[in-house]
Amino acid sequence: MREITFGAAVNEAIAEEMRLDERIIVLGEDVAEAGTPFKVLSGLVEEFGTQRIIDTPISEPGFTGIAVGAAMTGLRPIVDLMFGDFLFLIMDQLCNQAAKTHYMSGGKLNVPMVLRTNMGATRRSAAQHSQSLHALVAHIPGLKVAMPSSAYEAKGLMKTAIRDNNPVVIFEDKLMYNDKAEVPEEEYLINFGEAEILHTGSDITLVATSSMVQQAEMAAKTLAKQNISAEVIDPRTISPLDETTIINSVKKTSHAIVIDEGHQNYGITAEIAARISEKAFYYLDAPVQRFGAMDVPIPFSPALEDLTVPTAQQIHERAVLLLEGKL
Amino acid sequence: MTDKKDNRESYLQMFKQMVRIRAFEEQANQLYLSAKMPGLTHMYVGQEAVAVGICEALTPNDKITSTHRGHGHCVAKGADFKQMFCELLGKEEGYCRGKGGSMHIADQANGNLGANAIVGGSAGIATGAALSAKQLGSNEVSVCFFGDGALGQGLLYETMNMAALWKLPVIYACENNLYGEYTKVEEMAAGDLMARATGFGIESFEVDGQDVLAVNNLTQELVERARKGHGPFFILLNTYRYYGHHVGDINREYYRSKEEEMLWRKERDPITNFTQLLVEKKISTPEELKSIEREIETEAEEAVHYALDAAWPDASEVDMHVFASN
Ligand SMILES: Cc1ncc(C[n+]2csc(CCOP(=O)(O)OP(=O)(O)O)c2C)c(N)n1
Ligand SMILES: [Mg+2]
Repeated sequence: MREITFGAAVNEAIAEEMRLDERIIVLGEDVAEAGTPFKVLSGLVEEFGTQRIIDTPISEPGFTGIAVGAAMTGLRPIVDLMFGDFLFLIMDQLCNQAAKTHYMSGGKLNVPMVLRTNMGATRRSAAQHSQSLHALVAHIPGLKVAMPSSAYEAKGLMKTAIRDNNPVVIFEDKLMYNDKAEVPEEEYLINFGEAEILHTGSDITLVATSSMVQQAEMAAKTLAKQNISAEVIDPRTISPLDETTIINSVKKTSHAIVIDEGHQNYGITAEIAARISEKAFYYLDAPVQRFGAMDVPIPFSPALEDLTVPTAQQIHERAVLLLEGKL
Repeated sequence: MTDKKDNRESYLQMFKQMVRIRAFEEQANQLYLSAKMPGLTHMYVGQEAVAVGICEALTPNDKITSTHRGHGHCVAKGADFKQMFCELLGKEEGYCRGKGGSMHIADQANGNLGANAIVGGSAGIATGAALSAKQLGSNEVSVCFFGDGALGQGLLYETMNMAALWKLPVIYACENNLYGEYTKVEEMAAGDLMARATGFGIESFEVDGQDVLAVNNLTQELVERARKGHGPFFILLNTYRYYGHHVGDINREYYRSKEEEMLWRKERDPITNFTQLLVEKKISTPEELKSIEREIETEAEEAVHYALDAAWPDASEVDMHVFASN
């Protein structure tokens, strides 16, 4: 099968959907001629024109709010938020307006919009351009949250997001844009709330999101060399969350580590670990482990930044300790 | 143009400071190109007269807030090359112990409250510093540096409104370098740029940002008036960045022409033009100015070597400074 980059997969998904549905527009900073700083949207303005691929001023709350209003009245906007860190600027429009409109209107108004943004540290971009803030939005009822872990997921989840009648936030790992994976030429969608089991196993369950899926897979390979069989699960969307797949796996393995690049405190790892503890407690042989990013602002210095994000080696070490009953 | 700062010393100081910024940036660019700098950075080259003209009108106690394109402001406010390069390289001896990097250098001792990676993100901080100055009676002034792109940010308008209501000693310095990233200012900002401030009743001025004396004279006057409680003020400084938006932005003809870049470099260069003026007015000689330049270039080179050899922060630093101690 052909391989394309993560960035190209996002681009293809948006282009395909835009060809099918005239109501879809893209709004954001330098999305048109520049195709975004990561060049993910290159070529779209040439095909769809500046009426549909719209460059905005540096006014994040403003253009997000405009997208909400446009979504309520017939358009299907894709908002491009250049860095996930800028979520803090748009929280009111996203969480007070977009997320609640359908509910508050008693189901009468819809906000079919996609907010695509990014996450991920170790790019030496310091504390305001490196955060992974998906837990913040996953906390808000009314928002769906997708976290693609490869080009294949990036395309399938984006297409599903665009067709969804609700606000969906997609977090792309900015370090993965040039990573290639097999992506079929034929159309496909990935349903929200359906986890993928990347690696079946019987000794321990590693639940990992986005950037951490690769790390978990690498850890699983190392564990296999020691005859430890790890099952790696990628939830793909954290809201909705495919609890069943995770719980069934833990019932089988009796051990679980949840890995995610958001801060560990009050994070995604805590939520998933709690659900495992609630629903599979009597099957567990050891306490469920959370493994998130260190609870510090992301430091600039490479000497410090690399310490803040979970690595395959650390996952491997923790898995061994957990199985030895030492955690 | 009225020459208020007409003694030789202050003219030479402004020359030196502009040359310092350029020398710093040329070294920073080399560090990036030779893959010795982690991440990327935004060059201030071309805009030197703005930072220097303004900061030379301030005392070390006066506060500034800066931007992602912040090395110029930092140098102009008195920062040291070694500590700056150490910060750019993520070393322990950097201004922020390597934790901040290029986009977050702060220099408390010289009144620099920090660069900022959020466009317009420091409007509140600069205005808050002015509130402190007023309430504490320190007689300090604060300057908020921001680019034309930040005119898109609502925070700026909220804070300008409050600064005007409360007559705060803050100067909003908008550096219009014609582009925000890869987009022209006229595609991002509707209407009259100055009217954004005059709408709040804030006295506003437009000045040639390539003319260090014009910038300095105006700022001196406004700083004096701000200290007397006549602020806030808004200055629109017309200027140009010579390099790309960031060091990696090399192919930029799709958004601005080489001819335009050459025009600014050749005809409006703040250092070349000021050099000419210093010689014409017999304030200095070409030889003296050249030797100042060489001295500064050597200092910059030495600082780079120092920073390259400097130690990384210890791993134990990673969770230090999350909270201040009580
Ligand atoms: C709130 C926010 N939005 C977007 C960005 C990404 N960004 C960084 S610099 C920049 C352009 C800023 O333009 P301007 O204010 O004119 O400053 P210049 O780069 O021209 O000095 C953008 C969009 C950001 N850092 N912060
Ligand atoms: Mg600009």
